[in-house]
Amino acid sequence: MAPLLQVQDLHVAYISRAGKESPALEGVSFEVRTGETLGVLGESGCGKTTLAVALLRLLPGNAEIQKGVVRFEGQDLLQAKPRALERIRGARLALIFQEPSLALHPAIRIGEQVSDVLAAHERNGRGELRRKTLQVLREVFPADAARIAESYPHQLSGGQQQRVLIAMAIACGPSLIVADEPTASLDPTTQKDILEIFRTLREKFNLSVILITHNPALLAGLADRVLVLYAGKVAEIGPTEQVLKFPQHPYTRALMQSVPAGIDESTKGRKSRLPVIPGEAPNLAAQESGCRFESRCPDRMDQCRQREPAAVAVNETHAVSCFKFGG
Amino acid sequence: MDRLLMVERLAKRYERTGVLGAKKEVMALEDVSFSIGRALTLALVGESGSGKSTLALCIACLERPTSGRVVFDGKEITTLDEKQLREVRPQIQLVFQDPARSLNPRFSAIELVSEPLIVQGRLNKREREDRARDLLRKVGIPQEKASQKADEFSGGQRQRLAIARALSLEPKLLILDEALSALDCSVQAQIANLLLELQASLGLTYLFISHDLGMAAHLADEIAVMEQGKVVELGAADNLLRAPGQEATRRLIAATPRLGAADDLPRVV
Amino acid sequence: MRYFLRRLMHGTFLLVGVSILTFLFSTLAPGNYFDEMRLNPQISPETVAALRAQYQLDRPLPARYGRWVNALLHGDMGFSFAYNSPVAPLLWVRARNTLLLTVTATLIAWALALPLGIWSATTLGRLPDRAISGATAALLVIPDLVLAIGVLILAVRSGWFPAGGMTSAAVEGLSPVQRLRDLAWHMELPVLALVLSALPILVRHVRAAMAEVLDAPFLRAAASHGIPRRTLLYWYALRAAANPLISLFGFSVGALLSGSLLVEVVMSWPGLGPLLLEAILARDLYVVIGGVLCSTVFLVTGNFFADVLIYWADPRIRGRADA
Repeated sequence: MAPLLQVQDLHVAYISRAGKESPALEGVSFEVRTGETLGVLGESGCGKTTLAVALLRLLPGNAEIQKGVVRFEGQDLLQAKPRALERIRGARLALIFQEPSLALHPAIRIGEQVSDVLAAHERNGRGELRRKTLQVLREVFPADAARIAESYPHQLSGGQQQRVLIAMAIACGPSLIVADEPTASLDPTTQKDILEIFRTLREKFNLSVILITHNPALLAGLADRVLVLYAGKVAEIGPTEQVLKFPQHPYTRALMQSVPAGIDESTKGRKSRLPVIPGEAPNLAAQESGCRFESRCPDRMDQCRQREPAAVAVNETHAVSCFKFGG
Repeated sequence: MDRLLMVERLAKRYERTGVLGAKKEVMALEDVSFSIGRALTLALVGESGSGKSTLALCIACLERPTSGRVVFDGKEITTLDEKQLREVRPQIQLVFQDPARSLNPRFSAIELVSEPLIVQGRLNKREREDRARDLLRKVGIPQEKASQKADEFSGGQRQRLAIARALSLEPKLLILDEALSALDCSVQAQIANLLLELQASLGLTYLFISHDLGMAAHLADEIAVMEQGKVVELGAADNLLRAPGQEATRRLIAATPRLGAADDLPRVV
Repeated sequence: MRYFLRRLMHGTFLLVGVSILTFLFSTLAPGNYFDEMRLNPQISPETVAALRAQYQLDRPLPARYGRWVNALLHGDMGFSFAYNSPVAPLLWVRARNTLLLTVTATLIAWALALPLGIWSATTLGRLPDRAISGATAALLVIPDLVLAIGVLILAVRSGWFPAGGMTSAAVEGLSPVQRLRDLAWHMELPVLALVLSALPILVRHVRAAMAEVLDAPFLRAAASHGIPRRTLLYWYALRAAANPLISLFGFSVGALLSGSLLVEVVMSWPGLGPLLLEAILARDLYVVIGGVLCSTVFLVTGNFFADVLIYWADPRIRGRADA
């Protein structure tokens, strides 16, 4: 069966006022199947938010999609006309932004904002619209949907705001949801609740989910596969357990080693020095040629500075972009 | 005195004026008691709203507690007046979560680190600059970036700046209020290493406040769990995590996402 | 509710304060109405003294203020020496004319500023924005007085517009509709001058407020839900930008008011402006105070109206205000 979403060789760059180009994504390719949850793991500046926003062509004015194909439900989104795109956004492919407090309109009641999403895609009478709005809100607020509908965003807690965003995303029954750091500013307990909501809704509506985060631990119980993004390129992609427990790419390896065992830490491990990746993520505008990770890689070789590695299959479900494996 | 900080039955009450002028009382802290040993780390964990930040402010003498005592380095500091407090303040420093908001973005790195020294007024210009450069070196900011403006640094580097600034007055106690929470995982590891190094070389004592139990567990000798203004459990990190006694602690442990035992990642040959 | 009571109290205190200050400054200013008379050798000093006594100008300051406030509360605003008539009816006619100008100019200025500002904000950096910004910059630089006089010259040279006044000479014999048209014809130039002086600042503020909102995450989030572009722009964006703009509205009322006094004088529009100017020059005490107080009432009302609008438009203000 054809995959739900197919991204091929996506290139996105930011153009400064002076015309200087900063590549944000280069040659990004992956697919998402129906009912599957793909985790996108990456740190600040790797391009993960750019990826989320590019799929729906909601990039800011100074960004440009330079190349690539984004095939969703058989249609290339990058070639779609604006009206067609508006019909897909929110209805077939929904985006949940970071920072829920900023993603909601401050002066419009929650119920009305949810109704607006429904009204943008379906024709309903007033009563019907109200009924559907409450129904959608009840998915995330089983107990007090009506009260939440009457509230304004600033009257809700961070966790509640996040739930509203989730409700707005599922309102029109999309087949794919892209969630960008959905638990970033939340408490651990609230975080757990939100992830649980994702699990429940995913089951109930047979959703595909792209979950973007910088915290690998979040993906452990939730994602089927993980894509590791570094400096705008796909470093590694494979089943979650393989990528997190047996990472192949030097970056993924180093990243996983820098996460402390924390609660499960042995007495010896506590307060010990964590193996870290020296330096910081590169400034993409300055990069010339060769592998992006080369300057920080413990396993670097001569060719790493000259050419960029292509994706090599380690096994039939796991691919790495690193010269250690060929390419 | 081997316990650098002792907090005894600390309480803080806030008054809120409700509609129609009715006064509502909020107990941000209630009967909080704990202590921290010299050159050790106490992690203070709990949900937001549990009172952690209020506690930090009271210990740093930025808020007056309603009742209770704080004993620092053998001296009670809760009843000191402003003049006496001025002697104590440099010894307790704070590092906040969001360096973008606690550091003036238009100041250069070296200006930010020198500023507390200027206010203190003890060193001359030459000595201040030397000291500032030394601090920047200690926290891993390369010398050529010393004149760069704060908003041109990355998040991790800005947090290093915040730490350097906090160290400029040679404190004994460093209160880190969610200092790592806004950083990426790999950067958190770098800063965590830095904190451990500084503790070893300078003998610093840390109060590490976090809602992320994972990192707190990695850095702590002892852990205190807070809920609704009270300390519900307190103990050595090992014991508390392996055998939590209170419901609140169990809930926190259950809510923290884990990868499993990560010490045994095989290396690919 | 408490919010409005508080705003009303503010306004009242402002009025009282202004009345005291005006009273003080007017009476403390050297000279009074009768000084001119004294210089006139044909009028005897005794007559002057008697007149002064009649108008109670020789009583101590607080007493006079007290009497004035008392009278005010009874609807009596004092007596004009120059016009030899009670101040209140005098003010009323003039105030009405000023309001006519100011309200019309405010409505037109905002009706133009909103679309221009929004257009500027949506085409940020491109030609329409640059053209509009250039034009507003040019207008800003020109002082109001020069604008008013320029407009007047236009009237005189072209002969298309009346060179001043509010009504034509032969207005008595016209029908109501014709009178209205005559009035509108006379209003065109003063309104034009006022609108031109107010427009640049309004356009710039609308542009700034909209540009900031257009960048906001919640707008991009709404777009991601497929909400159509036009709804986004007017319903979502404008509502969020409304807050600073409503504050600006209150401020613009005040600015227009002071601007209108200038334009009225230049174009001989019978409003508060010329009246106040004459009264100040003639030391016509109660007209000055009455006129200033009148302007303050307009200002306070304008701001109060803006407060009401903000309360309605921004639920965050509502929450804090009622808390």
